[in-house]
Amino acid sequence: MAKAEARPSRPLSPHLSIFRPYVNMVMSILHRITGGANYVGSLILALWLALAASGPAGYGTASAILGSPLGLLVLFGLSWSLIHHACGGIRHFIWDTGAMLAKPSFRFLSWMTIAGSAVITALVWIIGLVKWGAM
Amino acid sequence: MATNYRTSLSRVRGLGSSHGGTDHFWHQRVTALANLVLLVFLIFTVIRLAGEPYPVMRAYFASPFVTVPALMLAISACVHMRIGMQVIIEDYVHAEGPKMALLLLNTFFAAAVALTCIASLIKLSLGA
Repeated sequence: MAKAEARPSRPLSPHLSIFRPYVNMVMSILHRITGGANYVGSLILALWLALAASGPAGYGTASAILGSPLGLLVLFGLSWSLIHHACGGIRHFIWDTGAMLAKPSFRFLSWMTIAGSAVITALVWIIGLVKWGAM
Repeated sequence: MATNYRTSLSRVRGLGSSHGGTDHFWHQRVTALANLVLLVFLIFTVIRLAGEPYPVMRAYFASPFVTVPALMLAISACVHMRIGMQVIIEDYVHAEGPKMALLLLNTFFAAAVALTCIASLIKLSLGA
């Protein structure tokens, strides 16, 4: 029996490189990218918990790493990624009901996703840094 | 009249040749809803513990009102990210061998992250 070729040379349908970027497309791509980043980021949370559970020394190490400039930068990116993916999730919940699928509404929802994630991330970090004593 | 070769059982199940239904679609939405609520809890937790010494962290995780939502998040998030990464792998990796290997790794990774969180939370919650 002939083995099916994994990648037969057929013409490809128009893809990312052909379309001018617009907000829904960018939000769709960002939803997948932030999902992937959250996947990797889950490892940070798991290791933080494991170090915290290992005792005072482990907790101190974890706090020092996360509190360093690089640690804070990674945490900032991860927090935005999680919040952006959550905002995108709310947008998908609305679409799941069949609502806001007309052109002006879905564009509005996509703009709200990025605006919402930016505002919420900024608020979270202002509160966090004030609590931490850095502001 | 056309002969129907499908058995009564397969007609009742209504799943066709894929042998599967919309389980992943539905599980992804159930866990998404749980994650949405629990993300607020996670952000609260990280801010609550920012800069705090070890005893404060221990006291915080000693409460079941913290341990239980944290366990929920560990399970819900890992189920969600496993399904999500499976979709990504199936979209981009078409060769059968590498695809199967990555799908297995994906399951192992999600399980390892979930179990690391669960074991650590149980230790923080019950351990001395």
